[in-house]
Formats: sequence, C-alpha cells, structure tokens
Amino acid sequence: MSFLRRRKAPENKKAPHPEPEPDVDDDDDDDEKKKNELKIKEKIPKKSEKRVKWSCVDNCCWFVGCVCTVWWGLLFLYNAMPASIPQFITEAITGPWPDPPGVKLQKEGLKAKHPVVFVPGIVTGGLELWEGHQCAEGLFRKRLWGGTFGEVYKRPLCWVEHMSMNNETGLDPPGIRVRPVHGLVAADYFIPGYFVWAVLIANLARIGYEEKTMYMAAYDWRLSFQNTEVRDQTLSRIKSNIELMVASNGGKKAVVVPHSMGVLYFLHFMKWVEAPAPMGGGGGPDWCAKHIKAVMNIGGPFLGVPKAVSGLFSSEARDIAVARAMAPGSLDKDLFHIQALQYLMKMTRTWDSTMSMIPKGGDAIWGGLDWSPEESYLSSKKRKQRTNATEVSGEDEDGSMESKATSINYGRLISFGKDMAQVNSAEIKRIDFRDAVKGSNVASNTCRDVWTEYQDMGIGGIKAVAEYKVYTAGELIDLLNFVAPKMMTRGSAHFSYGIADNLDDPEYAHYKYWSNPLETKLPYAPEMEIYSMYGVGIPTERAYVYRQAPSSECYIPFEIDTSAEEDDEDKCLKDGVFTVDGDETVPALSAGYMCAKAWRGKTRFNPSGIKTYVREYDHAPPSNLLLEGRGTQSGAHVDVMGNFALIEDVIRVAAGATGEELGGDRVYSDIFEWSEKINLPL
Amino acid sequence: MASILRFRKLCIVEPEKCSSMSYESYTNKVSERPKVKKNKRQQTKDWKCIDNCCWIIGYICTCWWLLLFLFNYLSANLPGLIRVAEPPGARLKREGLTALHPVVLVPGMVTGGLELWEGKPCSEGLFRKRLWGGGFTELFKRPLCWLEHLSLDNETGLDPPGIRVRAIPGLAGADYFAPGYFVWAILIENLAKIGYEGKNMHMAAYDWRLSFQNTEMRDQALSTLKSKIELMYLTNGQKKVVVVPHSMGVIYFLHFLKWVEAPPPMGGGGGSDWCSKHIKAVMNIGPAFLGVPKVVGNLFSAENKDVAFLRAMVPGLLDSKTLGFQTLEHAMRVCRTWDSVISLLPKGGETIWGNLDWSPEEGHVCDSLKKRKLQASLSSNKGNDNDSRMVFQVKEQTKYGRMISFGKAASELPSPQLSTLVSKGSSFGTASISCGKVWTEYDKMSHEKIIRVAENKAFTAKTLIDLLRLVAPKLMQRAEAQFSHGIAENLDDPKYDHYKYWSNSLETKLPNASDMEIYCMYGAGIPTERSYVYKLSPSDRCKSIPFQIDSSADGSSSSGCLKGGVYFTDGDETVPVLSAGFMCAKGWKGKTRFNPSGIATFIREYQHKPPTSLPSLLEGRALESSVHVDIMGNVALIEDVLRVAAGASGAELGRDRIHSDIMRMSERIDIRL
Repeated sequence: MSFLRRRKAPENKKAPHPEPEPDVDDDDDDDEKKKNELKIKEKIPKKSEKRVKWSCVDNCCWFVGCVCTVWWGLLFLYNAMPASIPQFITEAITGPWPDPPGVKLQKEGLKAKHPVVFVPGIVTGGLELWEGHQCAEGLFRKRLWGGTFGEVYKRPLCWVEHMSMNNETGLDPPGIRVRPVHGLVAADYFIPGYFVWAVLIANLARIGYEEKTMYMAAYDWRLSFQNTEVRDQTLSRIKSNIELMVASNGGKKAVVVPHSMGVLYFLHFMKWVEAPAPMGGGGGPDWCAKHIKAVMNIGGPFLGVPKAVSGLFSSEARDIAVARAMAPGSLDKDLFHIQALQYLMKMTRTWDSTMSMIPKGGDAIWGGLDWSPEESYLSSKKRKQRTNATEVSGEDEDGSMESKATSINYGRLISFGKDMAQVNSAEIKRIDFRDAVKGSNVASNTCRDVWTEYQDMGIGGIKAVAEYKVYTAGELIDLLNFVAPKMMTRGSAHFSYGIADNLDDPEYAHYKYWSNPLETKLPYAPEMEIYSMYGVGIPTERAYVYRQAPSSECYIPFEIDTSAEEDDEDKCLKDGVFTVDGDETVPALSAGYMCAKAWRGKTRFNPSGIKTYVREYDHAPPSNLLLEGRGTQSGAHVDVMGNFALIEDVIRVAAGATGEELGGDRVYSDIFEWSEKINLPL
Repeated sequence: MASILRFRKLCIVEPEKCSSMSYESYTNKVSERPKVKKNKRQQTKDWKCIDNCCWIIGYICTCWWLLLFLFNYLSANLPGLIRVAEPPGARLKREGLTALHPVVLVPGMVTGGLELWEGKPCSEGLFRKRLWGGGFTELFKRPLCWLEHLSLDNETGLDPPGIRVRAIPGLAGADYFAPGYFVWAILIENLAKIGYEGKNMHMAAYDWRLSFQNTEMRDQALSTLKSKIELMYLTNGQKKVVVVPHSMGVIYFLHFLKWVEAPPPMGGGGGSDWCSKHIKAVMNIGPAFLGVPKVVGNLFSAENKDVAFLRAMVPGLLDSKTLGFQTLEHAMRVCRTWDSVISLLPKGGETIWGNLDWSPEEGHVCDSLKKRKLQASLSSNKGNDNDSRMVFQVKEQTKYGRMISFGKAASELPSPQLSTLVSKGSSFGTASISCGKVWTEYDKMSHEKIIRVAENKAFTAKTLIDLLRLVAPKLMQRAEAQFSHGIAENLDDPKYDHYKYWSNSLETKLPNASDMEIYCMYGAGIPTERSYVYKLSPSDRCKSIPFQIDSSADGSSSSGCLKGGVYFTDGDETVPVLSAGFMCAKGWKGKTRFNPSGIATFIREYQHKPPTSLPSLLEGRALESSVHVDIMGNVALIEDVLRVAAGASGAELGRDRIHSDIMRMSERIDIRL
C-alpha cells in the first residue's frame, strides 16, 4: 500500500498544467528544500489533488469500508436466500437426507402419549447468576455456564470465583448465588450450535409433544445430589412436576430420559421419593410404580467413570495431556500469570457432584492387579479382523483370547510408569503411602491464591504416592483420601463407592448410598422398565500411566505420562492412557453392566424384577453435514443424543411401546461376556 | 470541517514525505515510473465513486467502533461519572428485608412471549423461536405467515389445525418484551436483591390469546399454576404466596381464584379454603377490573389514539393499498380471533361507565395547566370551594358515558336531542362483493346497515355490547360463552357457578379468606382513552373497515378532554382510574356482597412524573413513571411489592395512597353492595 502511495505522489508532481494554490496558512517554508517542494506541490492540478488525499488513514478507511460492504452484501444474500438452498446443495452432493425420526414416526401414526422428563447430566446444564460479588456487575440472570462462555475470557478470575462452591460445606460461598437455568432452555443447547437435548426435543415435538408434556429436570450439577434438595428443593420440584404431568395427562405414567450423571441423579431421586419424609420425599413405597413407565438411561455411568479419577487427581483428561505434550509449557508455566490447570482443579474440587462418578464397586468390578473384566478387549480395528478370522476358523478363537489375556491390566487404574502398568504383579514392590508423613511445604506462600490440597502434602507425601506404583479401583479411594482429604470427607458424606453385602442393613437407608446402584435396591415397580442406552465403538479412557511432574512446587505434582505409547498397535495404550470400548467418556462396562447382569431378572438389587434392556449404538463418524456436523449415527457421549436410532427408540417408548416391541437387547460390544467375568453375588 | 483541514494537510505533507527521501532514489523512481504509468492511470480512474463510498462507509464504521469501544471502556471504568440511583432492592436489603413469602408473577396481555411448536411450511426453521416478543424479526420477514400463525381458529378460539403456538414458560417468558424494553425484569432484579431466586419466584406464563378457561383446557395452565403455588408453599416453610398480577393478568388471576376452589369437572377442586391457606396478598398492578375502553376502539375499528393520530398525519398510509398490505384489516382479523380481548370490554354497563347524560368521572379536568389553576383557586378560597367547583362542573361536563358517538356534535348534545333508537333485530344484507382473502366481519355487512349504525349517534357501555354483537357476531358469540360483562343481581344464583362469570369482579364473590389482602396499584396522572368520536370511513369500498376515529374532532370546551377524536380521563394511559380503582375503593371495601369475608383492600396510586434527567432513566423510561407497563419500574411500586413480599401488611405500608379523584368517582356510582 505505502509503496503505491509513494509512487503516486511523484506522478502528481509531473502533472501537466500547474495551478498555483494560495496555501499559505500552512507554515515553515523557511528552508530551501521545502520551498522547492512547495513549488512542486503548487504545480499539482486540482484534479489530481483529489488523488493525493488517499493517505494511509484513508486507505485504511477504504479497506474497512470495502470489507464491511462486501460482508453486508453477503449477509444480505445469505438472509435473502431461501432456507432450503443449503439443504438442496448438500442433498445434491450426498444424496437425499433420511427423514428425521420424528417425521418418520409421525407418518407411522405415533402420537404423544406419556409425558417425558429429561434429566440432564453434569456440565451440560446451564447455570445463571442471581447474586454475585462486585466483579460480576451486570451479569444478573446471565449464563455463567453454558451459552457463549464470554465471561471466562473477559474476567476469568471472577468467573472461577463465582463457579466455585464453598470448600467446607459444598454449598454457596457467602454472597454468591449461582442457580440452574429452568425449563427446556436449560440444556437444549450447551453453547450456541452445540446441541444437547435440542434434537430429541425437536423430534418429540413432531409427534405432538410440547411444554406441558415435556419437562427438563434442571438441577445444579455442582452440588451433591441431596444438597440440591436442601438448597433448591430440586427433588421436591421434580416430584411435584411429575405428579402434575401424570395427573394432567390422564394418568399416563412418565417416561424419564436421564443422561450421563443425570442417570445417577435419577437413581437417587427414585430412592429419595419413596423414603420417609425428613430425609426423603415421602411419596410412599409405590410412588415409582404409580408414576414412572420407563427410565431410559442414556450413557449412564452407573459404576463411575475412570475419567473422573484423572480429573480429580491431576485435573486433566486425555485431551489436556495431549495438548501438554504438543505445546509443553503452555499449561504449566506462569506465562500468562494464570495457572489454568491449578485454578481449574481448585474449582472442580469444590464440586461435590464430580465425586459421584468415581469408579464404584472396587476391585470386584474394575479388576485387580492382574485381571479385569475387559482384558480380552481389542481395539475396534483388530476386533473386526478377528471376527473375520473367526468366521473362517472358529476354533482359533480360544487361542487368540488367551494370548491377549495377559496383555493389558486395566485393573491398574493408575500406575506410575509404563513398566508398572505391564509387569507381573509379583514383581511390583510397593511402599504403603497411607502412613506417610505429609511434610509441610516451605514455599507454600509463593503459590499466591491458587490453592490445591497438594500444597499441604509436601515432598514426602508426593513421593510416597509415587512409590506405591500401582492403584486399583479400591485403592484409588484411599489415594484420593490421601491427596485430597478435605474434598473426600465432604464427598464421603454424600456418596459411597462400595458393594453392599446385605442390602437390608438399615445403614443403607442413608441418602449417601442412594446413587450407588450396588448399594441400593431398585424401587418396587414390576411394570417399570429400565433401559441402558449408550454408544460403543469409540476408544474410552480406562486406566492411566502417571509420572511425577518435573517441577513439583506450586504445581500439580502428577501428570499423565504422554510419552507412554505402545509400540504394538493392537494394545490400547496411547499417550499414557489405556482405552477400552465405550462412548469416549463412559466405558461400556460402567454403562451396561447393571442392565446386562446385576438387574437382569430378580436379583437382590432388583427385588421386583423390573425388566431391563441394553441398547447399544455403534459409532459411525458423521457422513454428512446433518445435525451441525455431528452425524446421525454418532455414539459419542453427548452426540449420541442426535443418533437417529436412539431418538427413534425414545419416541417409540414415549408413544407407548414396550422394550419387547423395540426388539429387546441390541448389543454390539462384548458387554455380556465381560459381565459374566464379574463375580458378584446377585 | 475537520476532514477539509485534513485534505489540505495531506496535500502538503504527502509530497514532502516522498521527496524527503534521497534524491537518487527519487530520480530512480522517476525513471522507473513511465513503465507503470499507463497502468496507474487506469487505476486512478477507477478510484472514483465506489471508492469514495467505500471510504465513507469505512470512515463511519471506524468512528462508530471507536466510539463504541470508548463507551464500553468508559462506562466500565467510570461508574462515578454517571450516578446511578440505588435500586430499591439494595436499599431495602440494607434495611434488613429478606425473602419471606414466595412470589408469583402473572403477566398481562401482549407482554408474554409466544413460541412456535408446530407450524405450516412457511414457518420452517422457527421451531421454538419466539413469534411474539423478542425481536419480532419474522413480522418483517414473512408478515403473512406470521399473522397466520398468531391467529386462532375463528370458530373454536383454539389452535387452527397444524399450528401450535405456545406460551414461553419461566421468567424469560415476560421479563423483557422486546430487547431493551423491560416488563418484569426490573421487579425481578430487585426481588433477587433481597434473596429471591427461581425456587421462590414463579412466572405464571399462559397463552394470553385464549379465553381463560381455555388455557386450562388446552395447556392445563391453571392446574400448573395451582401445583406451583402449592409446591412453593410447601418448600418455603409453609409461607403463603404473594401474587403480583399485571393488567389482564389481574382478571386472569381472579378467574384462577374462583377456578381453584370450584369442584373438579369445571374447577380445580382445591376446596373452599384453598385461597386462605395459600395466598397472603394479591398485589394487582394496573388492574383492568372493569375493562378498558381502549379495547372498544380496537375491536370496533382496530385503532386507538396512536393509530388515529398517525392516520391524521399521513393520510392514506394505512388505508390505501400502496403497501399492498392492509395493515389495519389484517390486525383486526387476527385480534378478533383472540378471545381474551373480550375479557377487557367495559363491564358493568351504564351503572359503572355512565349513560348518555351522566358519568362518574364528569368534572374531570384534563388540561394540567387548568387543573393547577383550579387547584390554586380552590385553595385560595377554601371557604366556598364547594360552590366554585360546582360551577365548574356545570359549565363543562364531558359526556364520558357515550363511549362511541358518531360526530363530535353527538358527543356533546344533551340526550333528548339524540335519536337513541337502537336498531336491534335488523337483518343482515348479503355481502355485496366478495372481498378476497382479508376477511373481517364487516365484509358481511351491507352498506345500509353500516349507515344505520352510524345514525344511532351515541352508544353507552351497555348498548356498545349490542353494537359489537351487530358488527362482529361470530366473535361475540364465541366470546360470550367465555366472558360476561354485567352486574349480578343475586350472587347466590347457581348460574354464577359457571366459569364465564369468574373473571368479572361484579358477578363473583371473592373467596372466603379474611386474612388475604388485595392491593390495587396503578398509575394516575396520564390522559387515558375513555370514549371515542367516530365517523364513517371516506371510502366504503370492499375490504376496508367502514368506521374510523374522527381525528379532526378536537375539544373546544375548556376542559380540553377531547383530542383527536378521543375523550381522555385520568389513568395510566391504558386503564382509566375508574376501572383500576373502583373495586378496591368501593366494590370490595369492607364486607360487601362481592367480598363476603371482608378481605382488606388497599389502593396505592402512583402519580406520573416524566423523566427529569438522564440518571433517573431506566432504559429510557423514568424511575417514577406510572405508564401502564413502565410502572413496573416505578421505585415506589417496587418498594411496596418488596415490603409485602418480605412480610409487611397493608397497614404497615400506610394503607391507601391516593392522588386521583377515585373516591369521589366511586361515590357517584350507585351500586348495591
């Protein structure tokens, strides 16, 4: 640009007819040179004078103007364009779209029958501010969580402060009230363009559902389940709403569709509502039988999620670990004076609800040092090869199974060092960490206001943790008790992770057991149906290889060892994470086990013999741009809610079908095989 | 000016810059230049109009952004610069008020948002988008589609087939009507300051187009409200609920009070003590108990003073087909499918609203200047003020009782000179021409018929209903099954158990709840439409509304109440004081037959004060405004609501607070109590 300008000026000087201009108000013509230049300037003809004015500012303005105009033009065209054109184009490219399931089923004559209740999971529900500190001025009733997350960038520290709960009580810090958004808008979209429930809602609306027959049971997902009742009376609210919907729809029972953590929350609700009044809802022992037709759990982490462990332990998941490996230092260093991970950990550790997803059932479910239910699992690529192979020669199967059985020890949820994850258990020398003395950290004041409980541990404690080498699901609870005692004392008052020996023991009447399917009986409702619907075919985090973080002062002292990679391709270790079949968040074992085995038929966990169905949805990457580019056959944890097959199942049940009419179980993974391996008295 | 200066400077500076480089490079350039010269010339030619346009646009954009940035930056950093008055919620919190009673908000007509759940193909992509409220963008993008979806079925008053438009639930349903135009938002924010939140505050959203009983039929809105109130009562330590209805919400809630105690098939079956058990106070804001005259103008000719004024300013804009779109006719067609409009017709007939020669408001002085003079003269000779006022009244009586009069003369003449003959029973002529798509019931009326209506000269609140039956038979037939507009002779008559009487305060008893309190909170001091002067429309061709407000009729009398064909009285710009205050001032005061248990009533009036200075602005609307909707930002009103919600009683608020003549007006109304 500037070059152009420079060239233009000389051209003007050479212009043909000079026209003197009395431009004397501009000063300093004392110098010879300048006088010369003035003369040159005077020679400038009027016409070309116009051209001279195109200086830098003008060029900028011109440029901005051009961009704006073009932008507006395009915007106008886009708006004026009939809405069907993008569809027309994509249809031309990829072939006709399938009818959305709602339209298809409407044509089949399905009509809204049973009221539907949605129970959103962790993270996906919106939270809004009702009272805040000075720094949150102007955010009244604006979304802090969900929506655009604009405030995270504008005032990150203020945001973290408002999203955190009180570290002692797990309730609101003084002067701050952040509350869940109510209504369907609470969780239809997580952020603009990223649907959660919206597709399901839209399809249900096609067969006649509307606000009066659909209810989003929004709750504050940061609180422990019982505290949502204590603080917001959320459970009472859900009870009252279900009663109202059942009454005003001519006594038709409700179909409940919980997702992710909502599954546990609703499990808690079912126990709460039948429990007597002071601790429970006082609905009487037949409330569930009277009000609920089916519970259609989507991606339910019944037995917990290994991801939650790494989240609590070092506030990272595979994605973060990979990002750290890519750009070392960006997350650790004080580069922006923001210790992102530390703040994140400090915040998430005040959320009691995350502890509801710590793996439950201990070694009996998740495997010990040397065995795990999934040990025969092969990554999907290999599995296909194997199934091909077995088609050819059926007898080979046993042999190949045995060879794999020794390879992966999923039971070691956390191991320090890749070697520890693989060697035989007899070779591991472990030093018990539980009695280790926590040294006081001398330099703790350098950590400023970022406070994670690691600062209390000192070098000694950290070392002791690393020395123990390998942790199974059972030992993991002890580990968390050791590294985060405050959080765990708060959490263990609300959640329990064991397996009940005797379910009739009066101790199990306490609410802390209600969200653990292994420590509660299902309600007495023989006509009810329970579905376990989840995606499979995506590698899902199952166990981690850790190492000590290089600098262990103010930082989180452990991190996932991303260098731990398996040379052999069919082993499932990648970037320090062992993966297994699942929906990218919840392993199939956790989502399916209860419905596949523990609740099948009449068991001690399911005394009335509620029918259970396992519905799996095999993941297929998006083939077209439908559904905001997330595919209609996705099996990923959240995207599965846009899976047409799942939506069809939900709509059919809502319109009155039973599990048998849907076709019973629909299984792609080895969930039954794995369930068999788990030795649990039923 | 600045830009001219800059041009000059550039003219000088530019060449300087270039030549201040070393001469060698300069000469080099010159020698190089001819090569590019030709190219250059062509380019410069193009730098003309388009470039200038671009430049201007860019210039404006840049300036705009800069200002925007500065504004954002400054307003965040200089809070001291603009002193914002402290909101009442914060002040009351410091006084120690905390949330005590759960609060239920009942929005009025028009202010509640509506969203689409199922529509015709033309509404593609609008699923769960706001059709009413919000940006109203669809109104401009596809107006006919929009109108089609907002209409209800003309026969049933319910959804047309294939269309489901529903009320938006939750606080978001009516906190803002359009972005930046608050309705409940300010009140909600102040309530939140003393500790209210989602669990103890509920917005009773309902589809305001439907008749009240139909909201229960179709959406179970009344059952939902009942269940919500019961839930809040239980979960908030058995604290009774404070209900804050606004505008039409007031009569909706009146309907609810009767519904909830009525036995199941028709009512909610809550039992006869439901209200006394669950409700502490009903704080009616801008209540339209006895109806709103504005609705008459709306139903009769789809216009009110604003429309009439606009028509006078720009004749032809609304009538002609220049836009290819008959705005008023469409508006009328859609409005007339909404049953709820009928609930706002003036109730109580001539007893309340006055007859041809008499009205309760007579003697009202509209001109504020004259009012002040009058008051001054009154205060100066207090000794004989009675006489002087009498003189005034005799001189300039405005005949408000004539709700609609044809011609200005008819509105002023004494009654014997009027032909009061009402043409009942005359048969319809057949519609002369088929009138295409736009369908108002006027198209079915013959021309003679229309002229005969106009010959009747003047209509009172009672004959008005007859008139509407004549001009809009279908609408009235549908609506009269849902609403009633009379005064009950004997309230114990079993016919009054029917739901159509429940929303008329003159045909129902209040529930038996002696601890309950009823507040009438409304604005006063703004001229409010009370009666109209009509004329026949100049063009009586097909597809047009044959009547229109005679905007040329202006008041000659010194009271100055007639302006642009509309007679004004005191009120909040929409609801006259009489309609808002009468029930609390007289109809329900003490133990009357309408209020058998003697529920305490309080009148709280808020005198209108236009915004005085910038800091007192609340999104451009005054802190002390008392306009029908803006009153919800009125500081005094908010304080009253907050105090009651935090536990105060009406006596603690200071009982009645009256600025208008409501007491005197009520005295003049002769009704058996």
